[in-house]
Amino acid sequence: MEQNAHAEHIHYDAEASKIGMWLFIFTELLLFGGLFIVYSIYRFMNQEAFHLAGEELNTTIGAINTVLLLISSMTIAMSTSTLQYKKKGATLGLLAVTVIIGVVFLVNKYFEWGTKFSHGIWPGSEHMLSELSQGEILFFGLYFVMTGLHALHIIIGLIIILFAVFRIQKGTVNENRAALLENAGLYWHLVDLIWIFLFPLFYLIH
Amino acid sequence: MNKMQKEHAANEANYLTYQGKHKGLLGWILSTDHKRIGLLYLYSIMTMFFVGVLLGLAMKFELLAPGKTIMNPQTYNATFTVHGVIMIFMVVVPGLPAVFGNFLLPIMIGAKDVAFPKLNLLSWWLYVLGVFLVLSAVLFGNGVPDTGWTFYAPYSFKTGTNLLPAIFGAFVLGFSSILTGLNFLVTIHRLRCPGMTWTKLPLFVWTLYGTAWIQLLATPVIGITMVLIALERIFGVGIFDPALGGDPILYQHLFWIYSHPAVYIMILPAMGAISEIIPTFSQKQIFGYKAIIASTMAIAFVGYLVWGHHMFTAGMSGTAQYYFSLLTFVVAIPSAIKVFNWISTMYKGSINVQTPLYWAASFIFVFLIGGLSGLVLGALAANVHVHDTAFVVAHFHYIVFGGTGFAFMGAIHFWFPKIFGRMYDKAWANAGWLVFFIGFLTLYTPMFYLGMMGMPRRYYDYLEEFHGGNILSTFGSWIMVTGLVIIVINLVRSARKGPVAEMDPWHSKTLEWTVSSPPPVENFDEIPVIAEDDGPYNYK
Repeated sequence: MEQNAHAEHIHYDAEASKIGMWLFIFTELLLFGGLFIVYSIYRFMNQEAFHLAGEELNTTIGAINTVLLLISSMTIAMSTSTLQYKKKGATLGLLAVTVIIGVVFLVNKYFEWGTKFSHGIWPGSEHMLSELSQGEILFFGLYFVMTGLHALHIIIGLIIILFAVFRIQKGTVNENRAALLENAGLYWHLVDLIWIFLFPLFYLIH
Repeated sequence: MNKMQKEHAANEANYLTYQGKHKGLLGWILSTDHKRIGLLYLYSIMTMFFVGVLLGLAMKFELLAPGKTIMNPQTYNATFTVHGVIMIFMVVVPGLPAVFGNFLLPIMIGAKDVAFPKLNLLSWWLYVLGVFLVLSAVLFGNGVPDTGWTFYAPYSFKTGTNLLPAIFGAFVLGFSSILTGLNFLVTIHRLRCPGMTWTKLPLFVWTLYGTAWIQLLATPVIGITMVLIALERIFGVGIFDPALGGDPILYQHLFWIYSHPAVYIMILPAMGAISEIIPTFSQKQIFGYKAIIASTMAIAFVGYLVWGHHMFTAGMSGTAQYYFSLLTFVVAIPSAIKVFNWISTMYKGSINVQTPLYWAASFIFVFLIGGLSGLVLGALAANVHVHDTAFVVAHFHYIVFGGTGFAFMGAIHFWFPKIFGRMYDKAWANAGWLVFFIGFLTLYTPMFYLGMMGMPRRYYDYLEEFHGGNILSTFGSWIMVTGLVIIVINLVRSARKGPVAEMDPWHSKTLEWTVSSPPPVENFDEIPVIAEDDGPYNYK
């Protein structure tokens, strides 16, 4: 009997998966950390150009997306609490809201990038190479790389959340085995946090 | 039949013969058993190692005489690039942690497996994917990558060769390395058996712990750098392109922020293996257990802050040069502490001279030469003279091949009876070591001299005055490969036909020697408990 209990412990160790997720978050922070270093160096070298290029961005859409992500962080945090209280329906509902908000964020991003494309601004475009200064080229290069990589993380986050939804429906993630949902939440907060830095760096600092 | 009986029956079979849900080859490549994954890594890493050795031999053959010997300059550039990419990303970085770490870590801390067995298997699959990506860069497309393993900008997005798959391959291999490190960290934190306190961990586990932190915290930086190079090639983002305002030197910084700590990923577990071999064959408590732990963590930490010494001639402020040079000298101190500890452990020990000890002793010898020549390179004035010469190649191979490679050989001869349950032929193993060691010295020592005289590296040609040294060096490569062939034939033969090994043939004290050889599927029938006065090096 005791051996069984032990085998069970090895099989499911919520603490271990949480430590694992935190360590993975470190690696994600360093991944973006490299980009933040590049950004700050080029901002320092091309202050005027970064200022000009930053004004091209649509602060309204950026602000809306920031608010959306903050709300989604709240809904996913609430879903972990409702799971603890065994309210499966509420949990699934809150996760659905989170996913919808994530998708809306991506749609906004799509229109934002689309506007840039229609103005002839994309990496290596004729307009950029002939009309813009080197600092502006760097700004938009970094803008597309960093927001693009962030959008990729949103998509990964959504997949993890959908996976959690599936497991909650099946009942294999429940109030006693909540690690998957908690990790999905941690990851989503990370994605949110990175945006909290991207937004002022690109849209607000002038 | 209750569950305990079933478990017992499963443990009758060892991990090599165990038949699970899948049979045959599938039973291996889908196994989540850390021991089988360790062997999967062993076989795949050895395969890539032989490819790398063949490329190295070809390069040495080209340098047998000035001018074109067997290949034109473009082929030579491609050869040293692929040799470097294979040896660094597929052999030396995963080498000891992925093979011996996977096999031994759970047993050494008294656990049944790593914390995330499925993730462990995924790491190996990612490794294989990375290997195939790099190989596809070699086999397909227009031209084999010719940038050198460092992928320096701006050439890495100007070259017309098929570089993209190689870059993606390096990225995927990095991801595999991160996941292994993450797995080991959680395993060491969560799965130590009762009584296995931090100060009772075997030193190999401690070095894996330090390594895992570096894998976790340094590898993402090269990941993003590779992504940027790829985007540069595909879209022309401009971040490292001077024509668009980017800074190629920034690429070098980002690259070495990972790649210098990476040399500590390579050497730390090697030091750990040596720290297991030396007390075992001296039958003596390791000298300065805590000093070795402290120096391990110090290397892991200071190793982050020295990357600039790869770039002394690339264009950097004088102040930055002073700091990087000073820190380079500082990072030599913990390594020296370890050498001191190993030698002090042997002092007044009852030394049992066996093949692993030959490897360990020769490790100390080549590591000392490699380390001291590193200080020559870390000194600013001397660096300007020998930068990008054969001296650097000699130093690097003394540390990475002499250090990590010798430790790997020592480790395989040390743990071989545990892994395969059979003993190798000791006379042939010793002969293989001797030939290999002589070949190694003959191959790399002349390169110190050639570099000092000014022979640059990465050229297929050289001046007539360097001919003598190069003949000697090429000759050494043949001796070394002869030794390698002897070693490999002996080990492969013995794994199948050698005499059955005992549980603890070397009278070692760490936990892996308390289970049968080869270990049972679940390692331990009952999780061991470490008593107050037990320790990994309790020799009486």
